[in-house]
Amino acid sequence: MTMSWFEKLMPSRIRTDGGTKRAVPEGLWTKCPSCNAILYRAEMERNLDVCPKCNHHNRIGARRRLDIFLDEEPREEIGEELESADPLKFKDSKKYRDRLTQAQKKTSEKEALVVMAGQLKGMDLVAAAFEFGFMGGSMGSVVGERFVRGVDRAYELGIPMVCFSASGGARMQESLFSLMQMAKTSAALGRLRERGIPFISVMTDPTMGGVSASLAMLGDINIAEPKALIGFAGPRVIEQTVREKLPSGFQRSEFLLDHGAVDMIVDRRDLRDSIANVLGILAHKPDTPTMS
Amino acid sequence: MDLNFLEFEQPIAELEAKIEELRRVGNDSEIDIHEEIQRLGEKSRSLTENIFKSLTPWQISQLARHPQRPYLLDYLSRIFVDFQELHGDRHFADDRAIVGGLARIDGRAVMVIGHQKGRDTKEKIERNFGMPRPEGYRKAQRLMEMAERFRLPVLTFIDTPGAYPGVGAEERGQSEAIARSLQLMAGLKTPIVCTVIGEGGSGGALAIGVGDRVLMLQYSTYSVISPEGCASILWKSAEKAPQAAEAMNITSERLKELGLIDEVVPEPLGGAHRDVDAMARTLKEMLLVQLEPLCSIPVEKLVADRYQRLMNFGKFND
Repeated sequence: MTMSWFEKLMPSRIRTDGGTKRAVPEGLWTKCPSCNAILYRAEMERNLDVCPKCNHHNRIGARRRLDIFLDEEPREEIGEELESADPLKFKDSKKYRDRLTQAQKKTSEKEALVVMAGQLKGMDLVAAAFEFGFMGGSMGSVVGERFVRGVDRAYELGIPMVCFSASGGARMQESLFSLMQMAKTSAALGRLRERGIPFISVMTDPTMGGVSASLAMLGDINIAEPKALIGFAGPRVIEQTVREKLPSGFQRSEFLLDHGAVDMIVDRRDLRDSIANVLGILAHKPDTPTMS
Repeated sequence: MDLNFLEFEQPIAELEAKIEELRRVGNDSEIDIHEEIQRLGEKSRSLTENIFKSLTPWQISQLARHPQRPYLLDYLSRIFVDFQELHGDRHFADDRAIVGGLARIDGRAVMVIGHQKGRDTKEKIERNFGMPRPEGYRKAQRLMEMAERFRLPVLTFIDTPGAYPGVGAEERGQSEAIARSLQLMAGLKTPIVCTVIGEGGSGGALAIGVGDRVLMLQYSTYSVISPEGCASILWKSAEKAPQAAEAMNITSERLKELGLIDEVVPEPLGGAHRDVDAMARTLKEMLLVQLEPLCSIPVEKLVADRYQRLMNFGKFND
């Protein structure tokens, strides 16, 4: 390892090795990836994984997302039994099967979307959340089917659907099956639209590719979390195509708001209130539910 | 005629060159080499048959992107009459990467919409290499809604590397434009027949690809990402594109087996570019065969069937 001139000047007893951590218990502290502030993990969690110093919205998993969004009771998971069938026996440097097993171990989820029927401040609804940790939240057959089963429930009961997306796009390992999930999920949302059942799309960091270009952009109301990366083509692909530096803040939530692609940017800690408010108005309720 | 032979066609190219040379010699010589030319011609034909019998997915994807591959406008003049192109999305611009308009096929009034790549450099730039921007999808949406109002069946023709990855395209809501197209087509109250005629590249292809029937020309491809794109992400090297093409099952034959498309339209020996007239005749026949029964289905049932068709896409364990 090479040392900077400054490190070389330091007496060796002051130098610390960057890689090995000291006697702090594992997981007690956490570092904000945006401002590098060292934070007490419990405090970070209380703050819904939003950095109290710089307001950076850290990525969170699907189950935690639904947990902080829905009322504690009732909750019923939809489509949890579905598992990928690997229809193409896909193999690149690794087998798709093995990638799935690995993702399942890493996330404790069977697939990249979790769907639940539940309530928000006493209002019945169906909520779905992408698990970005599961193969980049990519959409294959199971994600598409779970989403549609959620939409079907919303349709049958005439209750709103809310989806939190966090995805790199369509899942390459299922090839055209994945591409078709874009059509499938968009068609299902079309039925809600026709019947006047609200669909609220919340785009979180990142929402890209085939997920952005289907279900995520089809909200009656499109919401983005602050500074989330949202777009169709990835910034690197665009940079290579146009051969110029991209404008700062390109494809971030604030950029989308400026260009008219989302209705509002909402802080994670205000999402329950905001969504309850608009859903209450869309449902002609006399006032906004106050339960927090 | 320079057929622009691909690498795997080199043996055919050499033979054809020899035939050409003999023809030239034959013209100014008194020896009758007619028989020899004929013999070599037959040999070339059986060689082509042999090579084309077992093409790899990567070779097929090269054919789908062949520089002489017929594009939408080549078919338009051969399949339809009275074509009137309609321009613009009424919001921002006219995207030349998507062509659309009114036409007749065998006496039936229809709406035609499809990607158009450019043949020479100037046209390639004008058509943006067949890569639509949001305006293109919004023009298509406008024409589809018009088709619904006037009860015109919609025929779409897919041939694009994909949606254009540019700054302006993102600023003007590429994602929303594609998503809206998908939703619109899923519920459109008029028959839709989609045909992949060359390259079916990802979301940019699907955005005009949701229909009651989806056909593919024999040597066209349809995939979620280009073989090069897939290879550079999963194999970390674009040079593994042949493997990626194999793994992704992008050919018409495989996609029909997988139940993702309805019909494969056979191409002339050596590919559509070898005989555009013959290709157009086969395609026209196939389009009419598909269109006819769809037009007599009550529209409510048509849309319900299309919805069911979309819901059936996907393979998973229950």
